[in-house]
Amino acid sequence: MSVAAPEPGRNMGQPAPRVDARLKVTGEARYAADFPAANLAHGVLVTSSIARGSIASLDLGEAKAVAGVIEILTHDNVGSAIKPLPFGNGSATSISPLTDAKIWHDGQIIALVLADTFEAAREAAYKVKATYNAEQPSAGFGSAGAETLPAVGQAQSHKEDPAVGDAEAALRSAPTVIEVDYSTPTQHHNPIELFSTTCVWNGDQLTVYEPSQSVYGFRAMVAKQLGIDIGKVRVVSPYVGGAFGAKGSMTPRTGIVALAAKRINRPVRCVVTREQGYTTATYRAETRHHIRMGAGPDGKITGFSHEGWEVTSRPDSYVVAGTEASARLYGYGAVATKVNMVRADRNTPGYMRSPPEVPYIYALESAMDELAIALKMDPVELRRINDTMKEPIKGYPYTSRALMECFDQASAAFGWAKRNPAVGSMRDGDWLIGMGCATALYPTNVGAATARVRLSADGTVRVQTAAHDLGTGAYTVIGQMAAERLGVDLAAVTVELGDTSLPPAPVAGGSNTTASVCSTVLIACDAIRDKLFKSAGQPNQGPVKAVLEKMGSGAIEEYAEWIPPGAPPDAIKKLYQGASTLKGGLEGEKMMCAFGAEFVEVRIHARTREIRVPRIVGAFTGGRIMNTRTAHSQLMGGMIWGIGSALHEKTEIDARHARYMNRDLAEYLVPVNADVPQVDVILVPEEDAEVNPAGVKGLGEVANVGTASAIANAVFHATGRRIRDLPIRIEDLLDV
Amino acid sequence: MRPFLYEHADSPERAVKAGGQFIAGGTTMTDLMKLDVMRPEKLVDINPLTHSRAGQIEVTDSGIRFGALVRMAQAEAHPAVRSSYPVIADSLKLAASQQIRTMASLAGNVLQRTRCEYFREVSWPCNKRVPGSGCSAIGGVNRQHAVLGTSGDCIASYPGDFAQALIALDAIVETTGGPKGLRLIPFAELHRPPGNTPHIETVLEPGELITAIQVPAGPWTRRSRYLKIRDRDSYAFALSSAAVALDMDGDTVRQAKIALGGIASVPWRATEAEAALRGKRLDEASATAAAEAALAGAKPQEHNAFKVPLAKQTLIRALLETQRMEI
Ligand SMILES: Cc1cc2nc3c(=O)[nH]c(=O)nc-3n(C[C@H](O)[C@H](O)[C@H](O)COP(=O)(O)OP(=O)(O)OC[C@H]3O[C@@H](n4cnc5c(N)ncnc54)[C@H](O)[C@@H]3O)c2cc1C
Ligand code: SF4
Repeated sequence: MSVAAPEPGRNMGQPAPRVDARLKVTGEARYAADFPAANLAHGVLVTSSIARGSIASLDLGEAKAVAGVIEILTHDNVGSAIKPLPFGNGSATSISPLTDAKIWHDGQIIALVLADTFEAAREAAYKVKATYNAEQPSAGFGSAGAETLPAVGQAQSHKEDPAVGDAEAALRSAPTVIEVDYSTPTQHHNPIELFSTTCVWNGDQLTVYEPSQSVYGFRAMVAKQLGIDIGKVRVVSPYVGGAFGAKGSMTPRTGIVALAAKRINRPVRCVVTREQGYTTATYRAETRHHIRMGAGPDGKITGFSHEGWEVTSRPDSYVVAGTEASARLYGYGAVATKVNMVRADRNTPGYMRSPPEVPYIYALESAMDELAIALKMDPVELRRINDTMKEPIKGYPYTSRALMECFDQASAAFGWAKRNPAVGSMRDGDWLIGMGCATALYPTNVGAATARVRLSADGTVRVQTAAHDLGTGAYTVIGQMAAERLGVDLAAVTVELGDTSLPPAPVAGGSNTTASVCSTVLIACDAIRDKLFKSAGQPNQGPVKAVLEKMGSGAIEEYAEWIPPGAPPDAIKKLYQGASTLKGGLEGEKMMCAFGAEFVEVRIHARTREIRVPRIVGAFTGGRIMNTRTAHSQLMGGMIWGIGSALHEKTEIDARHARYMNRDLAEYLVPVNADVPQVDVILVPEEDAEVNPAGVKGLGEVANVGTASAIANAVFHATGRRIRDLPIRIEDLLDV
Repeated sequence: MRPFLYEHADSPERAVKAGGQFIAGGTTMTDLMKLDVMRPEKLVDINPLTHSRAGQIEVTDSGIRFGALVRMAQAEAHPAVRSSYPVIADSLKLAASQQIRTMASLAGNVLQRTRCEYFREVSWPCNKRVPGSGCSAIGGVNRQHAVLGTSGDCIASYPGDFAQALIALDAIVETTGGPKGLRLIPFAELHRPPGNTPHIETVLEPGELITAIQVPAGPWTRRSRYLKIRDRDSYAFALSSAAVALDMDGDTVRQAKIALGGIASVPWRATEAEAALRGKRLDEASATAAAEAALAGAKPQEHNAFKVPLAKQTLIRALLETQRMEI
């Protein structure tokens, strides 16, 4: 046991090392762009340098003259060969490059150069000359021409703004009221594994190698884009080098590369550059928030109002609408919420780790701190007073909620009691010290899933399901579930994932994989046990080893389907067709959530004002913890990301041209090791039999929720300056 | 990348004769070639010179001589550099990442190019990349840009760290292949402010090779340090930095050598600050006066006004911390 592999507590699995760790550190694990293909051609994208208008002309002369160039795909020769996909349901955007001359955003794909070598393709790509009919673009908030609309009525994903009671009246009569605005910046995922697509045709059969969080989803989307039968397509993605939501919905590149491979009758690989990834994939759009909160002298919140604004693209109604979570987090009295979208000339945003919660809970948890200060109350106590086992909108119960247990354990480990609450009162030499805390929560989503498990007479087990391991440890925890259920060693279990030739599993989104897939594997394993022990005529208990010898056949194989309560009966059929149905969370009549509490210490230099985070402590509950090592790693990584979103991350936009500026990891900052000297994770034991058969709450996304507010709160404690616009940087704390 | 010729050079003469763009560690060159910003027709790989005097550090009583191909990591770890020229060791140690410092040469380091994003993406107008095309950073995103030494044609900041230590310590650059063969260039004259020719960054002639950098000894080198302020604690360019070397008589400044980084178009010697301190007692008040003098001519842009107070605070802090150094 070690810090990285904590001793399992109650209802926690062993910290088994990742089964694929050795493959990964030795380079044996094959990522999408590593698959060999005979006679491979290389594709390099050319992207637009304007954000709005149309292509006037493309001069390909010089590019085609480069030795080794095979073909260049443009809107002139692609056109209707690609069918534009509507936005949503697995399609990242309705913008369909190369189908016409229109430019919707900066960095839109305008050509795909194909050549015998990567070098030749890249050289030719530099030589493609585009001229444009440019129009003045709108970059986002505050830009002329940006259009603000209520999300309800526009966005598929947000049907209703949660509200209850008369919030205006409650706010009018509350003795203490705060009214504050917050904002969060544009952020990009920057998974270390670049986006890529490799397409290989064999007759009319297409195989796509692409890093994906949804192989069945990608299969359905690319088939639609090409107008072919979904049965003709296989999508392969066994390892993914980070995704964070960026590889969840398919982008139009996939079909373009497939079409290219068909046209030149050769396999084609296209690896997108880091810079191009900023505009040809998705991102977290900037948000704004207006919050009002009223409370009585006892700290009880009587009125809460949260209005949000989110940037989206011109044609697509993407919103995250985190008021669904902020409106239900505490036992407020009356609640009013509203979400607005702001259409601008930008690529369509998309899911990024805790899409709704990161911006909206940042605003809420900062407001909670401001309210605590207005009430002269300890911020932990304010949360205790407003803690609730029932969400306030409809009064639906939480299946389990140990938020205050998390606060108590984290605060003890952190030493919160030693904090002097007076602002600016703590100092170590030239460094001002501040301490802050915040709540984290993430809905427990579950999706219909399938899995096939095979127990062979030699005691080995094979689990097959088209789930995805994004580096999180899915191979390992799924294997652990089978090993535990069947009573075999983890080493005897082989897990196969990330391939549409396997039974389908949901998109690796909303932290549902462990909950959904482990539940389904559990059902399959139990069915195997049933058969096995029945045929052996023995009571069904203990490891299967004991009865294997009596097994008449060479193997027992069980295919299981699991449909979570609330999901439609055709959820499995839909899953085969590429659509995941996620349920649970805050959707039904039972609130299912993972919770956490995070405490941070910040140090700010009294003169030069740089902000550092010497330590952070988080305590979390996630129902059954399958593996304390992988859980610890997710939670630690989440908090580190939270530090980045508070202090470092921001995609800069040239507002005159609606173009991203810092499109690489030298200029788009994330925390490095020196920025995270101490990150402590506490796993608080919890049992929740109601969430799903496995009793698991996903932990992939909860930990970067709340972190930014804990840091903002700590910065206030250190300096007396309330910085409400993220990221908090040196200029915010200097007197200019 | 575009195709290019490639040649190895195992002597300075051959390197000069080859007549191409030098490549040493390649951490700037290959980066900018991949971005299509630099398009050399011929690369002359000078790494074979590492095995000659150009790869060595020579320490004598009169100073220190760094061969042009000494790696950043090698210089930062050198015991004499650490003990007698801490400002140099700090400026290297706080730069880039360990991996880059292991590759990157000292001459390449001082010639690294600006991080201006408009310069690094070829679709933008940029006077430095395409003379006469305009400066996109003026009126654009310019948080990282310079407040000193800018012009109406370019406001890019010089991004490096080591150069501040060199200019403060009156370093001299040895070159060969220039108009008159061998020459010695005061480091302070190596970089040219942008004026109306921002594409010409140094006084080096095309094909002129830096062979070494000399740093003269002086009573100030031991009491010296480099303070770098940045958005994160490692692997980030300076928002503001100060190289300070002090020759003290008790609390009185005999001589101060000061350079500022992250805020100027070129490595910036703060002569006004030095003058303000000469013969004065070093304390909060005199340090503040020196910082005011150093930034008197600052010209902020829309997003970088904070660099003015930040640079002042950086210098004050660096002066007071250098004063307190135990040597
Ligand atoms: C992500 C990142 C972060 C960085 N962070 C920092 C930082 O914080 N601080 C910092 O100071 N630097 C930083 N750098 C810059 C880095 O230090 C420089 O790229 C490096 O020092 C250049 O040295 P090199 O040997 O690799 O040069 P090259 O790339 O080989 O050459 C650079 C230039 O110098 C010319 N050249 C090289 N040698 C000679 C010579 N002997 N005579 C004449 N011309 C020559 C080349 O022709 C070229 O124009 C960073 C770089 C990167 C990529
Ligand atoms: S600041 Fe200089 S380098 Fe940047 S765009 Fe302007 S001219 Fe180019």
